[in-house]
Amino acid sequence: MLGKPSRTGRALQYLALAAYLVFLGFPLVWLLSTAFKPPRELVQLHPALIPSNPTFQNFVQAFTEQELGRAAWNSLQVSLASAVLTVLVAMPASYALARFKSKLGTVALGWVLLSQLFPFVLLIIPIFLVLRQAGLANSHAGLILIYVVWALPFALWMLQGFVRNIPRELEEAASVDGASRLQTLRRVVFPLLAPGLVATALFSFISAWNEFFFALVLIKTPELQTLPVALARFVGIEGTARLGPLAAGSLLATLPSLVFFAFMQRRLSSGSLAGAVKG
Amino acid sequence: MTTLRVGKQRSDKFTIYLLLLPSLLPVLVLSVFPLLRGIYLGFTDARAGRNVDVNFTGFENYKQLLGDEMFWNSFKIGLIWAFGVTVLQFVLALGLALLLNQQLRFRGVARVLSVVPWAMPPVVVGILWKLVYHPDAGLLNEFFHRIGADGLRANWLGDFSTALPAVIIVGVWAGMPQTTVVLLAGLQGVAKELHEAAAVDGASAWHRFRHVTLPALTPVIVAITSLDFIWNFNSFGLVYVLTAGGPGGKTMLPMLFAYEEAFRYGNYGYAAALGNVMVVIIVALLAIYLRRRLREAN
Repeated sequence: MLGKPSRTGRALQYLALAAYLVFLGFPLVWLLSTAFKPPRELVQLHPALIPSNPTFQNFVQAFTEQELGRAAWNSLQVSLASAVLTVLVAMPASYALARFKSKLGTVALGWVLLSQLFPFVLLIIPIFLVLRQAGLANSHAGLILIYVVWALPFALWMLQGFVRNIPRELEEAASVDGASRLQTLRRVVFPLLAPGLVATALFSFISAWNEFFFALVLIKTPELQTLPVALARFVGIEGTARLGPLAAGSLLATLPSLVFFAFMQRRLSSGSLAGAVKG
Repeated sequence: MTTLRVGKQRSDKFTIYLLLLPSLLPVLVLSVFPLLRGIYLGFTDARAGRNVDVNFTGFENYKQLLGDEMFWNSFKIGLIWAFGVTVLQFVLALGLALLLNQQLRFRGVARVLSVVPWAMPPVVVGILWKLVYHPDAGLLNEFFHRIGADGLRANWLGDFSTALPAVIIVGVWAGMPQTTVVLLAGLQGVAKELHEAAAVDGASAWHRFRHVTLPALTPVIVAITSLDFIWNFNSFGLVYVLTAGGPGGKTMLPMLFAYEEAFRYGNYGYAAALGNVMVVIIVALLAIYLRRRLREAN
């Protein structure tokens, strides 16, 4: 950049970078390695970093024996429904927020920030009571509702940004040409908004897919459990040989978000979505 | 003309509300209302069970909290956790962001790697580190064995003295990527001209960092550290999977404590009171922090 740093300076920088790579990377390598180790290598006194006889056995076992298959299917259903619903609900509202000046927009954004402050514990008990009254406490429908509400503030914020990027003049031109408001929305706004809709849907899919706390509290029937809860219960069954299927299941549970992040990489590195996915 | 405009405005208003309604309604029913109700529950003796009377008890719960040793213990652990993770996250993330902002080789690999933990569900991060810390089959103990330091092998998550630090490291690992990305974006916004001017004036790298980069980065730093602190203080899933609050309550974060009170013992009112206390503390700490930053800026 500016005046080249000295040779020792550079060397120190590379040393620091290497330390970061080890810290960030090795746990990931270990997960991969454990997922592909056959049982015999898992129980070895001194486990190796690279499995000598890699196997897919753990993946098969995770999905057949541990009911992770069903949990993954549950997660998929819940996350898809949440994503679709969130987009449907957020679309009109984000259009209103972007195109009309309204106090409500400020209030909505204020709520987004405020809601970050409150621990889930305050929310979960009343939500649990409300859902129980509606007969939705131990059901996917209840969980989906919560996920929609939970993803909504950020989805709104994200989508209204996309709407703002569509030049108002395009809409005005369409209406001058005699198109009705609905036609303008359908033919002009909607196609241009498609990438934004996809991004919003992906965001809500991932936040539902990764969510743990609400699913843990609300779902009591084992057959309805989502993947994170099933994985967390799986942890309880210790036994070293069990670690293989556990690692395999965890790896598969990470795939959807990895795809999402690969998709969003450019936006993420520009920092514009930096608040997007809360850990 | 005027009447026409008023009429149009009114119909606009109607359209806005119509468009907002599908979002507003669920948020009101499942977010605003529960929150207000939750705050209220903190002043009652609500308990689990179907036909239990709920009585308003004023500050009774808080009096009880003051005398509850488990609460104080968990509160202390929560503060150590939240401060520890936030500070380490920030320092490490700043270092990494500065490195990534340089023309170094392997920068791409580091960028990708630094985002991966962010993409993982918290439960999976917990499992991943359980594998690393595993007393028999873990990476860390095996590493100490290979370098001939068997004395350093430990039951990291099971030992009273190592459990909390071990968990804090996981928290740092999980949250660092997000902080790094935000800081890196901030760094890229620092005007190059300022740096060049300072370099021409003979300022050392450290001086340029201290007097050019850092001041320009301050708003970003304040925002991300505040958010990190809130998120860390309210975090749950990670530690639930790693230790479930053990051993002997050494990693019992306030959220875990409240969860147990509410869903193991059914003390809804008491757990909600704990939630209220947490909000007040977070707001107070943030207010102090933001005021100090503001004063420094002026």
